[in-house]
Amino acid sequence: MAKKEELGGMDYLVTLPKRVVTVYIPLAIFLIILLFPFYWMVITTFKPNEELYDLGRNPFWVIHPTLDHIKKLLFQTHFPEWFVTTMIVSVASTFLSLFASVTAAYAIQRLRFRGSEMVGAAIFLAYLVPPSILFIPLATMVFDFGLFDTKWSLILTYPTFLIPFATWLLMGYFKTIPYELEECALIDGASRLQILLKIVLPLSVPGLISAGIFAFTLSWNEFIYALTFISSTDHKTIPVGVLTELVEGDVWHWGSLMAGALLGSLPVAILYSFFVEHYVSSMTGAIKE
Amino acid sequence: MASVEIRNVFKAFGSTEVLHGVSVDIQNEEFVVLVGPSGCGKSTLLRMIAGLEEITKGDILIGGRQVNNLPPKDRDVAMVFQNYALYPHMTVFDNMAFSLKLAKAPKAEIQERVQRAAEILNLSDYLERYPRQLSGGQRQRVAMGRAIVRDPLVFLFDEPLSNLDAKLRVQMRAEIKALHHKLRTTVVYVTHDQVEAMTMADRIVVMHDGIVEQVGDPITLFDTPDNLFVAGFIGSPAMNLIPGRIGRRDGRVWVEARAGVRLPLRPNAPGQQGQEVVYGVRPKSFQIAPSPGDDTVDMTVGVVEPTGDEIEVIAKVAGEQVCAVFTDRLALKPEQTVAVRPQLDSVHLFDAGSGKRLVA
Repeated sequence: MAKKEELGGMDYLVTLPKRVVTVYIPLAIFLIILLFPFYWMVITTFKPNEELYDLGRNPFWVIHPTLDHIKKLLFQTHFPEWFVTTMIVSVASTFLSLFASVTAAYAIQRLRFRGSEMVGAAIFLAYLVPPSILFIPLATMVFDFGLFDTKWSLILTYPTFLIPFATWLLMGYFKTIPYELEECALIDGASRLQILLKIVLPLSVPGLISAGIFAFTLSWNEFIYALTFISSTDHKTIPVGVLTELVEGDVWHWGSLMAGALLGSLPVAILYSFFVEHYVSSMTGAIKE
Repeated sequence: MASVEIRNVFKAFGSTEVLHGVSVDIQNEEFVVLVGPSGCGKSTLLRMIAGLEEITKGDILIGGRQVNNLPPKDRDVAMVFQNYALYPHMTVFDNMAFSLKLAKAPKAEIQERVQRAAEILNLSDYLERYPRQLSGGQRQRVAMGRAIVRDPLVFLFDEPLSNLDAKLRVQMRAEIKALHHKLRTTVVYVTHDQVEAMTMADRIVVMHDGIVEQVGDPITLFDTPDNLFVAGFIGSPAMNLIPGRIGRRDGRVWVEARAGVRLPLRPNAPGQQGQEVVYGVRPKSFQIAPSPGDDTVDMTVGVVEPTGDEIEVIAKVAGEQVCAVFTDRLALKPEQTVAVRPQLDSVHLFDAGSGKRLVA
C-alpha cells in the first residue's frame, strides 16, 4: 500500500470504507429515488385487487402475484392498437424530424448564407413556444386539412417541437466536425450533398442517435396533441388511451393503468439500452480522429 | 504538370483587405514556398489557388487556364492541410481512394494507384488502419498519399509540418523534398518557418502584411535581401540591424551609430553623406580582432551560449543588442569588451525611411 503522501487524484478511492461513503452510498440513494416509481409500477401491475385496496398490508410487496391486470389491458381494451399507433407515429415523426433537422442544421452551420444565424435563433425561439399554446392553432389546421382523428394529425404536428430541438442538438454536433475535412472533400471532388452523406453524417452517428432517441421518446410520451387531435378509442396513443379508457369516472383501474404504463415504457427503455454508449459519447465528447 | 500564375490578386473579407495586389509566377515543376509571419496572407493566397476562397480582384491561372470561378474539384489541385484533415471514419486505403471513387474510377485502377502511392510513402502495411491508429508522421504521409493518388497538376501544402515534433519535422522535410524530386509536380508550400522555406524551396516568396516583399531563390534572399523585412526574416539567428548615419571622409566610409560609434563599411559602399540608414550584419559575419582598429567595432559581451558546434553571443554594439556566432571556442566572459571585425563584403545597407536596400 502506498504511503499517504504519494496518493493523489482519485487515489483516495482505494480504501473500501472511503469508497462506500463517497461512491456507493450516494449512488444507492440516487438509484432508489430514480427507480422507486418504476418498482411501484411493477408491483402494482402484478398485485391482485384485494391486496391493492387493503391498507393493512405491506404496500411494498406482492404476496399472490396475478396477471389479471395485464390480461384486462391486452384483451379488454384497445391497448395493442394503441401500441401500434404510438409506434408508427413515433417512428414516422422521428424520421421526418431528423431529415428536416439534418438539412437545416447543416445549412445553418456550414453554408454561411446571409441571415443563417438569425434562422438558427428563430428555430430556437420556436422551441420555446409551449405546446399548450400551440395546440389551439394547430387544431384548426388539423381540421382544415381533414386530418382529425388520423395518425397524420400527430405525425405532422409532432415535428413542430421535435425539429427545433433536434436541429439545435445537431447544429452543436456539426460544429465539432473540422472545416478542413469538408474543404478537403471539396478539393477531392465531392459535391455538397456528397459531403453531407459521406463525411458529415457518418461522423455524426452518435449525434443522430441521441437526436433520434430524444425525438422518439418525446413523441412516445406526448400527451396534449394526442388528446386533442384523436377522438376514436382505437386511434389513440398509449399515454392518452391508458388514461382515458382505464379511468371510468372516479374508478381508477390502478392495476391495468400501471400495466399500461409498464408495457408502454418498455420500448423506450430497450431503445436506450441499445444505444447508451453512442448517446453518452455524443453528450460528452466530440469527433475523435 | 502546370504553371501557376497569380496576377495582381486582391482579397478582402468584408471591409478588411488582407491581400493588396499580389503577383507571383510559378513555373512548371517548381517548388515554391510562400513564407511570412502569421497574418501575412500566405494561407489565404494558397486557399485562393485551391478555390476555397473567392478572389476579390485579379486572376489566378493554373496551366494557362483562368480558374477564378472554377470550383475546387475542377482545378485539378491537391491540398495537404496542417491538421491533415484525414477522414476519421475511413481506413487509410479509403482515405486515399476517396477522390478516385468520387471520380468513378475503375476498381482495378483505384487499387493500383493507391498501392503505388502507398509504396512511395511506405504506407503499404497500414492501408487497413484508421487514422486514429497512426502516429503523427504516418498521418502526415497519408495526407500526402491522398494528394499523390490524384496525380494533380499542382500540390498545395498548408503548413503541413507544424503539428510534428522537431525531429520528425526535419525528417518529413527531406521526405517531401525527395517526393518532389521523384514526382516533378509543381508545388506551392506555405510555412511561417523560414528554415523550412530555405531548405525546401526552389524559390521563396516572402510575404508581409498582404504584399510580396521579395521573390527569389533561397541564396539570393539570404545574400541580397531587398529590404529590411526580408533581411530580418530570412536567416537564423536573425540579421543584426543597427540604425545610424553614413559618414564619408578621405575616401573612407562608415556608419555612425548612437554615441558616435563608427561601424566600418567597404570603400565603395553606397549612400550619401549624412543619409539615415540601417546597418545590417549577420551573426556569423563577425570576427574577433586582436586589437581595435579602423575596421573594428567594440562589442560588450552579455550572454554566452555554447551549442557545441559554435558559440552564440548576445552582446551590445553601439547600445544595440546584437547576436554574434563564432565557430572558434573562445573564452568570452560576460561584461568583457572585445573588438570585432564585421566582414565588409557581407554588410548590408538599407535606407532607414523606405527600408529598401541601398545599391552601389
